[in-house]
Amino acid sequence: MISLQRVTKRLGGQVVVDDVSLLIAAGTTHVLLGSSGSGKSTILRLILGLLQPDAGEVKVDADTERPSRSIGYVVQEGALYPHLTVARNVALAARAEGWEDARQRTRLRALAELAGLDGELLDRYPAELSGGQRQRVGLMRALMLDPPILLLDEPLGALDPITRAELQTQLVRIFGELRKTVVLVTHDVREAFVFGAGIALLNHGRVVQHGTFADLARRPASPFVAEFLRAQAPPPEMTREL
Amino acid sequence: MKATLVLVALCATALWPSPAPSQPSAIRVGSKSFTESYILGEIVAQIIDGAGEARPERRFGLGGTGIVYGAIASGDIDVYAEYTGTIAQAILKTPAVTSVEPLRAALAPLGLTLSGPLGFENTYALAVRRDAAQRLQLRSISDLAKHPTLRAAFDPGFLERPDGWPGLKAHYGLAFADVRIMEHALTYPALANGRVDVIDVFSTDGQLARLDLVLLDDDRRFFPPYAAVLLARRAVAERFPRTWAELQGRLVGRIDTATMTRLNALADLDRRPFADVAATFLGDTARAPRAARSGRELLTPGRELVTLTVEHLELVVIAVAVAMLLGVPLGILAARRPRLAQVELMGVGVLQTIPALALLAFMIPLFGIGTVPALVALCLYALLPIVRNTHAGLASLDPRLVEMTTVLGLTGWRRLAWIELPLASVTIMAGIKTSAVLTVGTATLAAFIGGGGYGTLIVTGLALNDVATILRGAIPSAVLALAIHAAFEGLDRLVIPRPLRGGP
Repeated sequence: MISLQRVTKRLGGQVVVDDVSLLIAAGTTHVLLGSSGSGKSTILRLILGLLQPDAGEVKVDADTERPSRSIGYVVQEGALYPHLTVARNVALAARAEGWEDARQRTRLRALAELAGLDGELLDRYPAELSGGQRQRVGLMRALMLDPPILLLDEPLGALDPITRAELQTQLVRIFGELRKTVVLVTHDVREAFVFGAGIALLNHGRVVQHGTFADLARRPASPFVAEFLRAQAPPPEMTREL
Repeated sequence: MKATLVLVALCATALWPSPAPSQPSAIRVGSKSFTESYILGEIVAQIIDGAGEARPERRFGLGGTGIVYGAIASGDIDVYAEYTGTIAQAILKTPAVTSVEPLRAALAPLGLTLSGPLGFENTYALAVRRDAAQRLQLRSISDLAKHPTLRAAFDPGFLERPDGWPGLKAHYGLAFADVRIMEHALTYPALANGRVDVIDVFSTDGQLARLDLVLLDDDRRFFPPYAAVLLARRAVAERFPRTWAELQGRLVGRIDTATMTRLNALADLDRRPFADVAATFLGDTARAPRAARSGRELLTPGRELVTLTVEHLELVVIAVAVAMLLGVPLGILAARRPRLAQVELMGVGVLQTIPALALLAFMIPLFGIGTVPALVALCLYALLPIVRNTHAGLASLDPRLVEMTTVLGLTGWRRLAWIELPLASVTIMAGIKTSAVLTVGTATLAAFIGGGGYGTLIVTGLALNDVATILRGAIPSAVLALAIHAAFEGLDRLVIPRPLRGGP
């Protein structure tokens, strides 16, 4: 379970997260939706403990000694270490935990299969992979210690549309299989629709509405909600042509 | 910064055991880095050898008065040839006292003593070309005041000392169109080529006759007498009375100006080794071969190159290794503590601005002369590129990659060793490479405080105004710089992870 109670965070003199309260039940998937600067990434970093709130309280069901056991974190383009092979990148957290090599290898093979990554790529360096492959590696690294919570910050942001659609489908399947508490940040309404059991729409550091896609579409809490959804919807003529 | 200095010093000392606190049977003979001083040093060494009481140990070419006097004051050498005027002005700061007796009395509390005057004076004098002297009717220094368009070149010592240019200028009311600072040996060709019109010389310079120069008369008696004497540690003079008596007996009143000028010319013009020249004076040619075993200038070129290369490499490798061991951690510290970084980078930056010779001179009271102070100074110089690049490499890492280490549970040394240092390795290695190549060059200055290496040839060559000798030191030094650079390129392949290297 993740809970934020009246959390405020200022960065560089600006209020980035403004009195936000969120409750995310264990085993559910939630999407933080909003345009850039809406504070959604900052909320992830507050959950991760990389930032401390200026006011309010962040509570996470996590091993406070070793948060890496409890929370996996995936960012845009993977943030892989260029000097380490794929296998080394993925196994970093396990190495820090002192896992034996054999255990690491078994886990690596299982993760490669789960993420749909060709096993041969494990010995390559990140620069030798495609964007989609790097993103899969980023996911594998976050899942190495099998943490109950998975945080993803624009995981598909830098991909071409076809790869993006393909990975979306696979991520939905993976989240379904793993039954983890997932919080995914995106600015893309379509992605929010595909992933989100619960969607929190953010604007200027505030949660404007928190509910299902249907709630947001049918009962928008403010004109902003309707406007945000409509701005990214394909024109009706296009849907008809397709 | 003080702590850093002490640390550097400790490290250098720990890595390099002090050059054996000389065995009791050795008398260490020093010299400054000009021909006459080398010759007198060699003469003294050969007499000590002949007296049989103690073995002479040659510590020649120790830069100027500051360095060689520092060496005798700190007990790193036992005896060298000095001039009364210099002792009065530059050492005791009592310009009025010029005769030997009161000087000896003034030196006694410092644990030093003087021999009687050797017989010649080597005073400062101003020289001009003969054609210019005739054209402008120059006979005395007073005549120069009538020609303010003349250009002068003075060596740094003369330019600074109160008994040099500043005093002379005031005493005679002189003014020149241009006054340059040049290494003494280089002022001769500058004068001969007509680049300058007036230079300062020593009255016993061997070059005076060959270049057909005119010495201007000190008609208003400005220059104090510079009678040559031996300056020695009293303890040594008392411990080896027979040697000290022998030195006095064979030298006091025995070298007149003509003799000294002739000996200087033998070395400067005829390119005779100092040991040879000294033996000629002592009328004992049989001793020359014996001196050859210890006198560096008589080594075969091949042996000499090997010896100097080993010494030079030793200086560079140890200095850079210590600078790496200190510089990388200092750079890491600076990257972790931004506020400390300012102070730290400024500190190593300031070190870099201290002229190399001055830094070497500062080392003498702390570490004496020889390899240790040279290493400490070189190490301090080598620090800046390493500290700065380590700091820059770590501070400029992608913050997302650094943040991810926390998320993955990598802390402390794991974060540093697995992620940060490998990622910054290209920048850090570039700093180390810069530092190593610079150190090869700077290490040539080590010879000024007896640190050895290629600089020995350069210092000797400068003293003799012998370009060939200078090149014998300078060319291998340049080659070594290239070789070190290539070696570090090789090290890159070991240290920098393949994907970060660029290229295949």
